[in-house]
Amino acid sequence: MMEPGLYHILFISTALFFIGMYGFFTRRNLITMLMSIELILNSVNLNFIAFNKYLWAEKMDGLFFTLFVIAIAAAEAAIGIAIIINLYRSHQSIDVESAEELKY
Amino acid sequence: MMNGSTIIFYLLAALTLTCGLLSVLTRQIFRAAIYVLFALIGIAGIYFWLEYDFIAAVQIVVYVGGIIVLIIFSIFLTQQTGEKLAMPKNDRKLWAALATFCGFALTMLQIYQHNFNTINVDKHAPTVADIGHQMLDINKTGYALPFELISMLLLAALVGCIVIALRIKPEQT
Repeated sequence: MMEPGLYHILFISTALFFIGMYGFFTRRNLITMLMSIELILNSVNLNFIAFNKYLWAEKMDGLFFTLFVIAIAAAEAAIGIAIIINLYRSHQSIDVESAEELKY
Repeated sequence: MMNGSTIIFYLLAALTLTCGLLSVLTRQIFRAAIYVLFALIGIAGIYFWLEYDFIAAVQIVVYVGGIIVLIIFSIFLTQQTGEKLAMPKNDRKLWAALATFCGFALTMLQIYQHNFNTINVDKHAPTVADIGHQMLDINKTGYALPFELISMLLLAALVGCIVIALRIKPEQT
């Protein structure tokens, strides 16, 4: 095993991104899909921090982008959960297949 | 040669990836939420390992303390107890695994072919004071405008959440 560096962190973030992608493709429950999205956003944050640390250590731009992504993710989760709870109230289910009125 | 820092890094990486994988594979939604929680804690640990303490603290406060608690509450509000998630169809699982594996292989191939010229300056990680100064700086390298935009966005999201989740009153008579 080598000394961990940029490539190791990029491996982790890529693997986490595609794990979240797999969850997003296979799950049909809205809350678990939201969790997969959180995993994807976290892998992106890890990428920003790794590039900032190993390529531009004298600047802080990646750090700020991470902060803004975290803020937007919090807003997105809050709105998403409000929509999910409203959907549950009107349909008694939070499967994506049960919310298909707009399809036809 | 393995020193302590290397061992800690590999432990954190294993924790993050294992919990992430389990969270998309388990069929009990509450366990999925707990696995996501531990994956996020693992990522916060990696931030600590990289010496970005402020981001690690924000990660724990916002994600672990905020979003996961919100998700757990919404699970309590919407799921019947003891009910397992439906098994995904086999062909869907197969195609999803195939697509994600191909995407993963392609991305890793690109990363390993590219040669990043990593610098090895021993600069101390940015402190909270540095971050605060640059975030509220209105000069060329400052981030005052995105900061204000994020504030507006959070306010809009707050109002939007309240409006969406409001219980509509039954017809007034």
